[in-house]
Amino acid sequence: MSESAHASATHGQPGHGEGETRRDFLALAATAFAGAGAACALWPFIDSMNPAADTLALSTTDVDISPIAEGMRITVKWRGKPVFIDHRNKEQIDQARSVNLSELPDPAKDEDRAQKAEWLVMVGVCTHLGCIPNGQKQGEPRGDFGGWFCPCHGSHYDTSGRIRRGPAPRNLDVPPYKFTTDTTVSIG
Amino acid sequence: MSTSSNPATGAPKKNGIVEWIDYRLPIFTFMNHELREYPTPKNLNYWWNFGSLAGIVLVVMILSGIFLAMNYTAHVDHAFVSVERIMRDVNYGWLIRYIHMNGASMFFLVVYIHIFRGLYYGSYKPPRELLWWLGLVILILMMATAFLGYVLPWGQMSFWGATVITNLFSAIPLVGEPIVTWLWGGFSVDNPTLNRFFSLHYLLPFVIVGVVMLHLVALHTHGSNNPLGIDTKKNPKDSIPFHPYYTVKDMFGLGVFLVIYAAFVFFAPNFFGEPVNYVPANPLQTPSEIVPEWYLLPFYAILRSIPDKLAGVIAMFGAIFILFLLPWLDSSKVRSATFRPIYKQLFWIFLVDCIVLGWAGAQHPEGAPLLIGRLATAYYFLHFIVLLPLVSKFEKPRALPESISTPVLKTEKA
Repeated sequence: MSESAHASATHGQPGHGEGETRRDFLALAATAFAGAGAACALWPFIDSMNPAADTLALSTTDVDISPIAEGMRITVKWRGKPVFIDHRNKEQIDQARSVNLSELPDPAKDEDRAQKAEWLVMVGVCTHLGCIPNGQKQGEPRGDFGGWFCPCHGSHYDTSGRIRRGPAPRNLDVPPYKFTTDTTVSIG
Repeated sequence: MSTSSNPATGAPKKNGIVEWIDYRLPIFTFMNHELREYPTPKNLNYWWNFGSLAGIVLVVMILSGIFLAMNYTAHVDHAFVSVERIMRDVNYGWLIRYIHMNGASMFFLVVYIHIFRGLYYGSYKPPRELLWWLGLVILILMMATAFLGYVLPWGQMSFWGATVITNLFSAIPLVGEPIVTWLWGGFSVDNPTLNRFFSLHYLLPFVIVGVVMLHLVALHTHGSNNPLGIDTKKNPKDSIPFHPYYTVKDMFGLGVFLVIYAAFVFFAPNFFGEPVNYVPANPLQTPSEIVPEWYLLPFYAILRSIPDKLAGVIAMFGAIFILFLLPWLDSSKVRSATFRPIYKQLFWIFLVDCIVLGWAGAQHPEGAPLLIGRLATAYYFLHFIVLLPLVSKFEKPRALPESISTPVLKTEKA
């Protein structure tokens, strides 16, 4: 069996020692090129599933914050997601700033999360699995720390939007934003 | 065989066209071999109906789905309305949609029974490991297809289910967020997401058909397992031809199944659904409670019972992937639980555990349901990682009969 297989494999190859290595090299090189080519050809298809140019173009939202009274929270849409804008009162700011950082699952200073102490701007998407936490409307549960409470899997956020208890791994994200005037904030 | 067939090919005797084709493309010989002559153990009980039943439901799902797609619009502004149009305006649209909706539940019901049949009778053991693996691949593809399809009506549960499930991938360290953005084609579940979900929901059932073919090739290589779990190839008297014996039995089972299926379609079409999914999707308002369809609840319970995000996601996927290792975790040479007194008890406890997980997955994850869900999750993994390997090592199985007919003939003598 093995003899005949060997015979047929080397059939018609004079000087087969050199010929085999050359053939092996050509086979390997051709396979490598074909593999690399296939991988490159695959990329446009994979990348076509990433956000398209028109989706990316919708990435800035301007908000007039002058009508938001102290203690009021509003929700605006940015990149298809809700953004929470919270006009915090003094009590809420003090509460957020007096917490010992070592108590926090994801330590962050409130000063670093809010450019202006009275304005908290955050992406209103729970960092666990993407639900929208409650607490924006009057009468909604705000959780045990006075901030937001996610009803899906029970994450509690404080008045700085930091995760305090529950399965969420991170604080609510702060989007890039700047105050273009005293009463306008530009998100994105 | 019957007098009208050629015993060699099974093809009708005097049909020249069939023979002309068969000589060039032996499709009639193949079908005769696999669907008529196919030697089948003669002691298969009704639990063996569920494989062919699953195949039939797959065909029903593909056919009803094709007709739904003719009237469905995969756009965030039109999806919900187009589904309501199917329900109200399209001729028999309500029937086709209810067949498709309840068909998904029936498909999982049938497949879960099929899987537990395999667990009880050790159908995953050598030489059927790859057959088992292919079945698990089908299960995973089914879950993906069902999830994608559930998103299409673009109701509240569609939208938020899609959000929660795609966010599972954000638990992956470093590349998690870019992967989620890639899955969405944007920064939230939106129109690009709906479009690709429709595309993939149409594709995957045909992938399932392909894997089912491989599943059947693997099955027919070593033949069906049987309630005694012994090899039947040694004794030719243990096998009977598939047709007419099991075609008839399968048809009878199909009749019973269709009565149950039709009862849901006509009398309780929304029994398995969530009322909140008849509210159009609102990206700014999460419903107070998000629950998946019943067939995913056990896995959802495992996800929620672990307080850490990444660990929860790993446990949930691990609960499925551990099934791939089953042929090696259970090293007992005896297949059927009939001859395994301890494994038989473990099997029933495991079945109850899965039902408890399903119940826990439907509850609010607080207090007693959360605790029960955690205990059931722990037991799920304990069963596979600790109990099965130990039991398969130390259990003393009862003596196996030599052939299917041996125990029957003995009782006749006595």
